[in-house]
Amino acid sequence: MIHAPERQDRRKAIALAAALLLLALFPFAGAAFYTELVTKVMILAIFALSLDVLVGYTGLVSFGHAAYYGVGAYALGLLAPPYEAANLWLTLPVAVGAAALAALFVGAFVVRVKGIYFIMVTLAFAQMFYFVFHDTRFGRGSDGISMNFKPVAAIGGFTPFDLANAVHVYYFVFAALVLVFVFLRVLLRSPFGRALQGIRSNEHRMRSLGYPVYWYKLASFTVAGALAGLAGYLSALQFGFVNPELLSWHQSGNVLLMLILGGVGSLYGAVAGAFAFVALQELFSSLTTHWQLLLGGTIILLVIFLPGGLASIAGRFKRTLVGEPDDE
Amino acid sequence: MDVYSFFIQLLNGLQYGLLLFLVASGLTLIFGIMGIINLAHGSFYMIGAYMAFSLSTLTGSLFVAIIVGIVLSVVLGVALEWALFSHLYKRDHLEQVLLTYGLILVFEELRSLIVGNDVHGVAVPAIFNWSVPLTETLSYPVYRLFMSAVCVVLAVLLYLLMAKTRIGMMIRAGSSNREMVQSLGLNINLVYRLVFALGVALAAFAGMLAAPVSSVYPGMGTGVLIICFVVVVIGGIGSIWGALVASLLIGLADTFGKVLIPQAAGVTVYVLMAAILLWRPEGLFRRI
Amino acid sequence: MRKSGSMLRRLGAVAAMVAAGVLLPGGSALAQGKLKVGLMLPYTGTYAALGNAITNGFKLAVAENGGKVAGRDIDYFTVDDESDPAKAPENANKLIKRDQVDVLVGTVHSGVALAMAKVARDNNTLLIIPNAGADDITGPLCAANIFRTSFSNSQPGIAMGKVMAEQKKKTAVTLTWDYAAGKESVGGFKEAFEAGGGKVVKELFLPFPQVEFQSYLTEIAALKPDVVYVFFAGGGAVKFVKDYAAAGLPKTIPLVGPGFLTDGTLEAQGEAAQGLLTTLHYGDGLKNPKNDAFRAAYTKAYKIEPDVYAVQGYDAAQLLIVGMNAVKGDVSKRAEMVKAMEGAKLDSPRGSLALSKGHNPIHDIYLRKVEGKENKVVGVAVKNLTDPPRGCKL
Repeated sequence: MIHAPERQDRRKAIALAAALLLLALFPFAGAAFYTELVTKVMILAIFALSLDVLVGYTGLVSFGHAAYYGVGAYALGLLAPPYEAANLWLTLPVAVGAAALAALFVGAFVVRVKGIYFIMVTLAFAQMFYFVFHDTRFGRGSDGISMNFKPVAAIGGFTPFDLANAVHVYYFVFAALVLVFVFLRVLLRSPFGRALQGIRSNEHRMRSLGYPVYWYKLASFTVAGALAGLAGYLSALQFGFVNPELLSWHQSGNVLLMLILGGVGSLYGAVAGAFAFVALQELFSSLTTHWQLLLGGTIILLVIFLPGGLASIAGRFKRTLVGEPDDE
Repeated sequence: MDVYSFFIQLLNGLQYGLLLFLVASGLTLIFGIMGIINLAHGSFYMIGAYMAFSLSTLTGSLFVAIIVGIVLSVVLGVALEWALFSHLYKRDHLEQVLLTYGLILVFEELRSLIVGNDVHGVAVPAIFNWSVPLTETLSYPVYRLFMSAVCVVLAVLLYLLMAKTRIGMMIRAGSSNREMVQSLGLNINLVYRLVFALGVALAAFAGMLAAPVSSVYPGMGTGVLIICFVVVVIGGIGSIWGALVASLLIGLADTFGKVLIPQAAGVTVYVLMAAILLWRPEGLFRRI
Repeated sequence: MRKSGSMLRRLGAVAAMVAAGVLLPGGSALAQGKLKVGLMLPYTGTYAALGNAITNGFKLAVAENGGKVAGRDIDYFTVDDESDPAKAPENANKLIKRDQVDVLVGTVHSGVALAMAKVARDNNTLLIIPNAGADDITGPLCAANIFRTSFSNSQPGIAMGKVMAEQKKKTAVTLTWDYAAGKESVGGFKEAFEAGGGKVVKELFLPFPQVEFQSYLTEIAALKPDVVYVFFAGGGAVKFVKDYAAAGLPKTIPLVGPGFLTDGTLEAQGEAAQGLLTTLHYGDGLKNPKNDAFRAAYTKAYKIEPDVYAVQGYDAAQLLIVGMNAVKGDVSKRAEMVKAMEGAKLDSPRGSLALSKGHNPIHDIYLRKVEGKENKVVGVAVKNLTDPPRGCKL
C-alpha cells in the first residue's frame, strides 16, 4: 500500500487534534471536581513523560523518580512565604533547577551502575531525599508544609492569569503538558535523543563508536529529573500542600505503572498511561475498600500474560483489523 | 556519652544489625543467584511476623509457631516461585519490579482481610522473659540477646551451606553460569526453587523471631525492605559476607546516628550508602 | 509505537470523565431533600478501626434522633482517606465539589485533618472533626465553619503535666515521634509541668513512625529523670510500653502519657502496661447516666464495646443535630447554625461538653490507671479543661 503511511499520519493528526480539543474544552463541561481531577492527571502525565525519557528512551529503569517530583514540590513549599503569595516566575525556575540539581547529584552516582543495581540505588537515593524532608528540621518533618497562598503570576504589575482559580490552573497545566510533550518530541528526535536510544539498544556499540555514554546518561537523568520537578511544582501549586509522601517509593512505583499501562517508549503512551492509571484507581476504589487487592492482582496478571502492557492489546487489535505493522 | 552508655549503644547497634542481616541475606541470595529484583521480600518478613502471632495464639508456644511457620513459608516460597517468579527469569527488570510491586499490594490487602489492621503483641517465651541488669536503672532483655545468638548461628550455617555442601556448590555454579549447570545435568530449576524458598524462609523466620520485640502491625514489611536494599547496595549483590558487614555497619550507623545527631537520624544510613558508593560503586564485596 | 491505540484509550478515559461529571446531580436544587453528610475517615490501614468506631458512633446518635436530623433524612457520602495527607485535598474536594455535601465529618490523622480544614475554609463548608487533635485547627487556623468534638493534642499533656507536678516530681524526660501531634502533646506536658515547678531535662524525638526504641531507652536510663512522658499511638504505643518494661525501667522511672498510649492496645501490651497512668477525656468505668445508656445502645447495635473514638463520633452527630435544629434543617442559615453550635452544651458520654472560642472541646480530663484490660478512671486530672485558643481570631 503506497499511501499507507500518509493515511496513518492523517489519522494520527486527527486523533491528536480531537484529544487536544477535548482537553481544551473540558472545563466548559462545568464539573469543577473533574476539572481538578483532569488537572491532576495532566500533572501526572508530565511526571510519566519525564520518566519515559529514562525508562523508554535511555533504558534506565529508575525506581526513585518520585524524589525529583518531591524536590520540585518542596521547592515551592519551602520558598512560599507564610504571609504573602510567592511569585510563579521566580519559584518555578528555582523548583525545576533544584530538581535538576538533585538529579545531577544522584545521577553522578547511579548512571555508572546497571540493571538491578541501578534500580536499587535509585530507590535508595530516593529514600534519602524522603528522609531529608521527613526527618530534618529543614524539611519540616512528616507533617508537610501547607501553603497559605497560591503563587501569583505577576510580571511587573501585570498578572496574566490567576492561579487561585482552578480553571486557570487547568489551562496553565495543559499548556505545560503540551510544551513538555513538544519539547521531548524535538529532543528525542535530535541527535542527542537518537544517541540515547542507541544506548538503550546497545550500549557497547555506542561506546565503541566513541560516544561518551556516561555523560549522555547523566544528561538524560538530569533532564528527566528537571521535568519531574516541574510536575511536582505544579502538583504543589494545585493542592497548596506538600508532604514527604510525595517522594515515597509508592509514588515511584505508581509512575512506573503508568508507563507500563500506556506502553513504554512512547510519549503518547506515557500520557495515556496517566489517564488509564487514574481511571483504574477510581474504578477499583469505587468497587471495594480493598481496591489495592484488585490493583495488585491486575498488575500481576498484566505482567504474566501481557508483557507489552495494555498498549499491546490495542496494537494486536489494530494489526488484525487493519493489517498494518506498528510504527515508531 | 559515658563509657557504659557507649557499650550499651554498641550492643543495640549490633543486635539491630544482626536481625537486619537475617532478612537481607535472603534478598541478596535471590538477587545474586536468580538475577531477580524482589520488592515483595519485605512482605515475607511481615507474613512471618503475622504467622508468629496467629500460630502462637493458636498453639500457645512461639517455638511451635516458628517451626510450623518455617514449613509454611517454604511452601509459600516454592508455590510463588512455581506460579509467578519462574516466569520472570527471562523478563526485563522493569517487569520484575512491577510484578513484585503488585505482590506487595496483594499481600498487604490479604493480611488486612485475614487478620485485620490491628496491632498485636506476641508474648516472649517464658524462659527468655527476663532481663539482665546492666546498670542500676537499665536492664537488657534476654530475648534480644537470644535473637542475636540465633542470628549468629544462622550466619555460620549459611556460610557452611554455601561453601561446603554440594547444594551450595550447585547454587554458586548456577549463579555464574546457568547454561553450563544445565549441560552438566544438574536441575537448575530445582536449584532456583530451593534458593527462592530459602530466601522466603529466612525473611519469614526473621519476622517470626523479631515478632515478640517488634510486635506485629500493618506495613511493617515496607520499612524493612528499603533498609535491606541499602544493605544489598552497600554489601554488593549476591554477597552474603557483604550483607553481614553492611548490616552491622547500618545497625551501628543508625543507632549512633540517633544518639549523636538526632536531627538527621533517618538520613545517616543513606549518607553512609552514598559514601560507600562513591568509593566502591558496586558495593563492598562482589559475589559469594 | 502504537500511537492510535494510545490515543483511543485517552479519548475513552476523558469521555468517561466528562460523562460522569455531567451525569452527576447538582446538589443545590435538592436543598430541602436529604441532608448530605460526607464522612471522610480512614477505612483501611492502621487507623481503620478508629474510622469505623467514629462512623458507628455518628450513626448511633442519628438513629437515636429518629434516623433524621431536624426532620431531614441523611444521605451519607463516604470516602476512605487512607490516612494519607498527600491524597487529602483531593479526597475532600471529592466530597465538597463532586458530591456537594452539606457537612463534612473527618478525620483521624492530623495531617489529613489540616488539609481538610484548608479545603473546608476555601469552600466555606461546615466541618466537624471527630478525632484529629492538631492544635492549629482550633488555634491560628480556626474558622467559623470548623468544629471539633474530640480534643486537642496538648490537652491530655497539660493534664498530665499538672498531675505530675502535684505529685512533686522534679525532673522529666519526654519522648515522642517528631511530628505535630507528638510535639503538641509534649509541649502541653512541658508547659503545665514546668508551671507547676518541675523541669523537663531533655526532649527526645524520633522520626515517625520508627519503632526501634532501644537506643532511646539507653539514654533515658542514663539521664535518670523522676518521670518519663511519651506520646505514641497504635503499634508504636504497644512496642514502646513493652520495650520500656523489658528494659527494667518502670521499677525506677515511672512512665506516663496521654490516653492513646494504652487505648485499644492493652490486649497487645499485656503485663507491661499494668499500673500505667494516662490522661484522657474518657475511660473505663466512667459513671454517668448518659454513658451507661450510650454503652448499652452501642453494644446492642454493633455487638462490640464502644471506645473513645465512638464517643467522639457520637458527639459530632450530637453537635450537628443542635445546629440543624436551631435552623429547622435549613443549612443556608449558616450564621444562626454556627451560633447555636458554639453555644451547645452537649450531654456527652464523657460528661459535659462545651466549646471554646476556637471551637475546641471544654471537658474534664480524667486520670486513668491500667488495671487488667481496662483503663480505669481513678479521678479527674483537670476539671473543664480549656486550652487557650492561641492565634485564633474568632
